[in-house]
Amino acid sequence: MTTIPFTFDVKDDPWELPYRGSVGMWCLIVAESSMFLIFVVAYIFYMGKSLSGPTPREILSIPYFGTVCLLSSSITIHLSVNGLKKKSQLSFIGWLAGTILLGIIFLLGTAKEWVDLIYKHHFTIHTSLFGTTFYSLVGLHATHVLIGLLMLSVVLVLGLFGLVGEDQFHHFHSLSMYWHFVDAVWIAVFFTFYITPYLGLAA
Amino acid sequence: MSTGSGGGEGWFEKLFTSSTNIFSPQSANAHEIFRLSIFVLIITGAIFVTVCGLLLFVIVKYRRRPGDDNTEPPQIYGSNQIELAWTVFPILIVVVLFLSTVRVIFSIQNAPHPKRALDVTVTGHQWWWEFSYPKYNIVTANELHVPVSSDPKDPMPTFLKLVSADVDHSFWVPRLAGKTDLMAGQVNQMWIQPEVTGLFLGQCAQYCGTEHARMLIRVYAQTPEEFEKWAENQQKDAVNDPSVATGRAVFEHNACINCHSVRGTVANGRFGPDLTHLASRDTIASGTLPLTRSNLEGWIKDPDQYKPGCLMPAMKLSDTDIASIASYLMTLK
Amino acid sequence: MADSIPLSGVLDLTPEEKHPRLWLEVMHDWIVTTDHKKIGLMYIAASLMFMAIGGIEVLLMRIQLARPESTFLSPEQYNQLFTLHGTTMIFFVAMPILFGFGNYMVPLMIGARDMAFPRLNAFSFWIFLFGALLLYYSILGGKGVFGGSGIPDQGWFAYAPLTSVAFSKSHAADYWALGILISGIGTIGTALNIVATTVCMRCKGMKLNRMPLFVWLMLVTSAMAVAAIPPLSAAQIMLLIDRFLGGHFFDTQAGGSAVLWAHFFWIFGHPEVYILIMPAFAFMNEIIPVFSRKAIFGYPAMVAASVGIAFISFTVWAHHMFTVGMSAAANTAFVLSSMIIAIPTGIKIFNWLATMWGGKIHFTVPMLFCTAFLFQFTLAGLTGIMLAVAPFNWQLHNSYFVIAHFHYVIIGGILFALFGAFYYWFPKMTGRMMSETLGKWHFWLFVLGFHMTFDFMHIVGLLGMPREIYTYQPGHHWAVWNMIVTIGAFVQAVAVIIFLVNLVRSHFKGDLAGNDPWDAWTLEWATTSPPPSYNFAEEPVVRSRRPLWDLKHPEDPDWKYEFETENRLAEQK
Repeated sequence: MTTIPFTFDVKDDPWELPYRGSVGMWCLIVAESSMFLIFVVAYIFYMGKSLSGPTPREILSIPYFGTVCLLSSSITIHLSVNGLKKKSQLSFIGWLAGTILLGIIFLLGTAKEWVDLIYKHHFTIHTSLFGTTFYSLVGLHATHVLIGLLMLSVVLVLGLFGLVGEDQFHHFHSLSMYWHFVDAVWIAVFFTFYITPYLGLAA
Repeated sequence: MSTGSGGGEGWFEKLFTSSTNIFSPQSANAHEIFRLSIFVLIITGAIFVTVCGLLLFVIVKYRRRPGDDNTEPPQIYGSNQIELAWTVFPILIVVVLFLSTVRVIFSIQNAPHPKRALDVTVTGHQWWWEFSYPKYNIVTANELHVPVSSDPKDPMPTFLKLVSADVDHSFWVPRLAGKTDLMAGQVNQMWIQPEVTGLFLGQCAQYCGTEHARMLIRVYAQTPEEFEKWAENQQKDAVNDPSVATGRAVFEHNACINCHSVRGTVANGRFGPDLTHLASRDTIASGTLPLTRSNLEGWIKDPDQYKPGCLMPAMKLSDTDIASIASYLMTLK
Repeated sequence: MADSIPLSGVLDLTPEEKHPRLWLEVMHDWIVTTDHKKIGLMYIAASLMFMAIGGIEVLLMRIQLARPESTFLSPEQYNQLFTLHGTTMIFFVAMPILFGFGNYMVPLMIGARDMAFPRLNAFSFWIFLFGALLLYYSILGGKGVFGGSGIPDQGWFAYAPLTSVAFSKSHAADYWALGILISGIGTIGTALNIVATTVCMRCKGMKLNRMPLFVWLMLVTSAMAVAAIPPLSAAQIMLLIDRFLGGHFFDTQAGGSAVLWAHFFWIFGHPEVYILIMPAFAFMNEIIPVFSRKAIFGYPAMVAASVGIAFISFTVWAHHMFTVGMSAAANTAFVLSSMIIAIPTGIKIFNWLATMWGGKIHFTVPMLFCTAFLFQFTLAGLTGIMLAVAPFNWQLHNSYFVIAHFHYVIIGGILFALFGAFYYWFPKMTGRMMSETLGKWHFWLFVLGFHMTFDFMHIVGLLGMPREIYTYQPGHHWAVWNMIVTIGAFVQAVAVIIFLVNLVRSHFKGDLAGNDPWDAWTLEWATTSPPPSYNFAEEPVVRSRRPLWDLKHPEDPDWKYEFETENRLAEQK
């Protein structure tokens, strides 16, 4: 027993602080958002200022299918997290696999878009300010998607070996926060590149 | 020519004066800045005296004395009234400072651009200054001639358009104005209005590479008559003195003409300073060397010995060639 | 003073297993450790090493500038030295040493066992070190296709387009960008760790408004870092895309903008300097009350001021750019925000003064350093106000006045507070006291050298001397001042050597400190010096801001005053 006298508050509240994984993930999201914001600002600053080369309206086609896939993957991962919470391995693994599949489809769509732009339209990061800012921002986002997919795959493999249970719920939930963040960034990127040309903002 | 360091200097002059002292303004906008600065110094000085005075008082009065009984003093956690007071008072000071500052910002930045003002385009290069006078069709380097504005009721400002040929630079002649940067890819503007004739010194104030330290500025404020005479001479093509024909031939047969211009000849390079009226200038190497024959020869032989890293290469010419080129250049008044 | 509380309850007094260890075992222990205390010490040790290197860099520069037209250094060498000096001091000394102290102290002060993410903590340290060594590797490598030395020479803010391939042909700019980019990952990691630790690992009873102000300030600093460092990373990635992939972010030939780099850099750069000063405030908030024998005056205002400064600091960045040609309206906006931030900063000074007022000030070495901070930081803040006045700034910008101002903050403020922190917490970290005699020599010599250098540096700036110049002409009357500045630099170097000697000697021969040599009030003093690897055997429970004051003064505990308002209101019902 201790010799230090201590007393609790009169109300004797239970002492519960947030889960550190969630706080850590929020900090990461703030940091990444800050970085993405700078790339978006660069794009907006340079809208209409390219000295030559194609304009967004001329060569960008709106990636409907990829966007639907990526945004749906937010729903599937949410279902997967719920499945883990309810201890349904089938639900957890199934929806997780679905999430990864949708993410891969999205990346393949981006890859196809880039192959088109580079080989058919000869539009590269070097072409103009538009080229530089477009490939940088989309590429940065795609990199984050790829990293997310790698992490989700690790969880899938661990899950298939039966190593992911209710003790790992908080960890998986934090990872899903990252995935939702990646989706949210895509909404911002999508709006920036594919919608703004039609709002009369770019030359 | 006053440069602020005339003869008979006492110790005060030697320590506290300078040809580039920001506290000896000689131009309308520099005066405005100076007046505002003094006002700010007075306010901040008063704050300094008060706060540090209180601090001195505290460390003397409340220091632990020998033979102290080691009891703890009364624990005071805060005081709403005191804290409010020392929040409100600084806010008032900020309001006063802010309003006086805004007035001067707008006065200088949005100053009117009278029709009769002189317009000069300043192009920053690594590591020299190009000055062109569009209305006069003059291009020169490193030494800026402007008319003085001696009558406050009838000001004669010179407006400078600031552009860069390469990286960022900054035009700073402290006694004439605050500095304004020459940002690559952008056009900036500033104005000067020297109120006495004389030579005003300055230098580049934005790190621009190896020889940033030797990118000096010389501003010559002249009477209107002197200025007109100078401008007239600058507008003429280069002097063609037959006695230095050899030198001119050597110059024109070497790579010199790829970088330098001499108007009226085949030399029309734009990378280096315009040499049409080189001999009318007091200095070379962007103000760092007085223009003498031996400096000129040394410079042509190997610029790196005076300005290591500068972009003019040593052309590996023979001493005879260098001598004859120098003779030619010295005739370009 | 020492051992004024019986601690037998919170400590496991079973003697630790002691067997003679091989040197290799000790090394291995330190390399794989995830103990926040060891990691904190490694941060501090690495920073001290880089401080020595950065110090030598500036001494060489000062020799060059002591006389006009000196040929001691070539322009290339000088330009590399000032770039390395600035980059080293900010990224490899100030940031890591302050986060190192935070790493060591935060878990102890909140009664926790370790940081929230111990492995991330270790990773952050090693990647910081890797990035720093990568940048210094440029001295050996880095020549690039066109030759030319690879040592960074473009200034610590690396303005575009000087850093483009056209104007920086060697790999200098690449080493600068990559070294800091990688090192920055470590900083963001530590910052994230501190936020998570403070939010999630406080001991029972330690509500946010009972945390020591040190912890509050580390929390605010870390939150700022998480938001402010990524813009620099983004800009550096953009620079690397320009240099390696043919991008045009800052390529003015293709319509790119040089000013955009400046904006991105200073959006990082200004919060960065507040990230540097806040930990210094953290030290002040612990040391001043203990040696005045009074609680800090106005705890809630101090918290509010810190949070206020954090937010406002993101709105002032273009006061570093008053000369780039922004409109009068834009300049005005940044004058306003820069003046506004002076208010919460000033309030802090008043609160420290009020803490000392009515106290019994004991001028130990830590208190000497913190008292000097008060004088010097006040002056630095006032020159900052001068710089916020845009028209005045148009003269002062990029002159030695600015260098004098920011060194006044960084050395006169941050380094002085840091020295105070060393003398104050060294006993806790090592179990031994530092020598007061050597400490006083260190203090007075450093004060002398600091003022010789930086007081007079203001003057030569007012006389029109720009910064980042490797030499100057004799006609300007700058020479005498430069000589004085140089001599002061060497005096400071001697003082720092005395400090380092004190550090090493005291570690082996200092007087034993005991748990609580200063009779202080925060939780780190409730465990042994040095603390055991688990910090506390039982999780402490606190009921006020000064748990040890409550224990030492059971007749007049802090918590009585904390709930006074609540109790009074309850009684009135």
